[in-house]
Amino acid sequence: MKLDGGQALIKSLEMEGVETIFGLPGGAILPVYDPIIDSPIRHILVRHEQGAGHMAEGYAHATGRPGVAMVTSGPGATNIVTPLADAFMDSVPMVVITGQVPTSSLGTDAFQEADITGITMGVTKHNFLVTEAADIPRTIREAFHIATTGRPGPVLVDIPKDIVDPNNPRSAMDWYWPDAVDLPGYHPVTMGDPAMIRRAAELILASERPVIYAGGGILKARAAEALRALAERCELPVVTTLMARGAFPDDHSLCLGMPGMHGNYTAVTAMQQSDLLIALGSRFDDRVTGRLDGFAPDAKIIHVDIDPAELGKVRQPDAGIAGDCRLVIEELLVAIAELGGPETQPDRSAWRSTLSGWQETFPLSYEMNEPGELLKPQFVLETLRDSTPEDCIVASGVGQHQMWTSQYWKFNHPYTWINSGGLGTMGFAVPAAIGAKVGRPDRMVWAIDGDGCFQMTAQELVTAASERIPVKIAILNNAYLGMVRQWQEMFYEERYSEVYLSPDLPDYKMWAEAMGCIGMRVESPEEVQPAIDKANEIDDRPVVIDFRTDAREKVYPMVPPGKANSEIVVDPALGQGGR
Amino acid sequence: MGSDAKQHILTVLVENKPGVLARVAGLFARRGFNIFSLAVAPTDDERFSRITVTVDVESAPLEQIIKQLDKLVNVVGIDELAPEAAVERELLLATVSAPTETRSRVVELVGQFEGRILGVGSNEVTVSLDGSPAKVDDFERLLREFGIVALQRTGRVVLPKLDELPAEASS
Repeated sequence: MKLDGGQALIKSLEMEGVETIFGLPGGAILPVYDPIIDSPIRHILVRHEQGAGHMAEGYAHATGRPGVAMVTSGPGATNIVTPLADAFMDSVPMVVITGQVPTSSLGTDAFQEADITGITMGVTKHNFLVTEAADIPRTIREAFHIATTGRPGPVLVDIPKDIVDPNNPRSAMDWYWPDAVDLPGYHPVTMGDPAMIRRAAELILASERPVIYAGGGILKARAAEALRALAERCELPVVTTLMARGAFPDDHSLCLGMPGMHGNYTAVTAMQQSDLLIALGSRFDDRVTGRLDGFAPDAKIIHVDIDPAELGKVRQPDAGIAGDCRLVIEELLVAIAELGGPETQPDRSAWRSTLSGWQETFPLSYEMNEPGELLKPQFVLETLRDSTPEDCIVASGVGQHQMWTSQYWKFNHPYTWINSGGLGTMGFAVPAAIGAKVGRPDRMVWAIDGDGCFQMTAQELVTAASERIPVKIAILNNAYLGMVRQWQEMFYEERYSEVYLSPDLPDYKMWAEAMGCIGMRVESPEEVQPAIDKANEIDDRPVVIDFRTDAREKVYPMVPPGKANSEIVVDPALGQGGR
Repeated sequence: MGSDAKQHILTVLVENKPGVLARVAGLFARRGFNIFSLAVAPTDDERFSRITVTVDVESAPLEQIIKQLDKLVNVVGIDELAPEAAVERELLLATVSAPTETRSRVVELVGQFEGRILGVGSNEVTVSLDGSPAKVDDFERLLREFGIVALQRTGRVVLPKLDELPAEASS
């Protein structure tokens, strides 16, 4: 079958099972957009290429399938660099197709030329510059294989215009679909080393103060059930990192919640005082460890990760196991049974009572607002949490609202929490929520956003309105870049530099309405519930609620930057002041 | 030993594709690994090239450098060689000042090192030497006394010493 390169590209995406492309056309990618008209693939026309990338990420987070975005050369391609970097940091499977100037113009500073493979080398798992039409099916097959296997990540495929333009003889090719990929340098490990797994089992059975430190790798490996089996079998308490919220149910008696800079006291301190950290798909990120030389000083380390380079990168493990989390946990359970099972464990009742004592003494807390004061963001979140179904998908931006959502929401199901962890990309929430809703139209999807974040990517609500994607956005509008304000208050002697945004410039309700959404504004506690109820009933267009919140509210607990986790600062209202 | 204790040699087999050297070099730059020397050439199999890179292991643990390199999709294999387990060679080309008064001493030095005279001008000669990096170091130091006009070294290339080869490779 004779095809041109553009037809072959779309057909290759169909062969990969792609149902949705998020994209925006332009000069160099034009020939690929023509065959989209005849394809069953749904194309969602974004308003900015960054939105396409974050939508693809949200889609991938919610479905486990790779997100796909397609943009043109030059500025189209550079606009999607941030989502690529975001997906790279958070190991999100994504394939981005970029148009490129014709091969004969490469390197000539042609109109809308950018060396996007050079630019994205450090923020992609791999990238390709395709120079022959005949290479398109093979390259697409390889791109999806690399994006979705091993440690998932973003792959970029750069397509020069001449090899997809039906008017150019260089685009002619005989269609084929490769049976297999041939990547001699790519062999992800999945099965763990049995000797190391046995060593890990011995460590678990000997531990008196164990903690499972579950990371995003649990979700990538579809290992939530295996994690639960391990935790319950050996009665191991579990912390879930920002990237792993929902990987273990928050309402489970063994769940300690989120560790890290804004983790709760019990999760942070349990890790700190443990004698064994069982790191499963987590990477000892600086936001989790605090000052590294003071982190969990007495803990032996079991570290399971599909990326061998994570083992020993930050903290040397006592048992380092390169492999797929689900497979390794299953083998670990076998090894534990072979060694006599949990019956041989030391008595851990003292550790359990220590943990529950901390949970009682140091709960998350906030004080309700006085009449006439602005809303407390935590109150808004608790009301929203209690007014939405348990399987509601929640996306957030980056900042105070993100931390409060992670703290106050109850995540009892995997794949219900979508946020930007490693890169910390403000503006992530709105497009990620749209992508999630496209991937899971059966679920209610809320984005919790800050006012600063919302202004960065709000234009994608035009996309959502025109495509009838009914996402719901809660803006916690405190008129500030809140997290920066918090740092300036705590660490820069309340010298507030360039953080004030204004509560009503822009007017978020009018802006939402201008973008085809329902807009609401909520200023007092008694309006919160009715507004949420009204939003939950709307299913034919996006909804935006502008919640006016108190800028003085800070995220606690907090491990101050550069400090060890033992120096955690809890809410001064708890009366424990310094620690 | 001296400086060698801080250095390790990696021979990196890579797919012979455009941009692969940039990926390897970019990785070193991005992660703060220092390269001491680098040599790249095709292998006997045209699908692959071999990059011989001498790394400064004070800049990062060797294990981390190897693991990060191995993540590059185009990297097919990595062998680590301690200097004592490797046959190392390097080529030096130099044009040195050699007026009539000193020319015979330059020629004598080249002869002692079993180097070669590649070109003779009225006041300069161009010489070459291939040898172990230490021998090339000595040669370069002695040449400097005559005044170096231009000098180029290739960086080291290596193969494992024969008695260091694993059993299966020699069977």
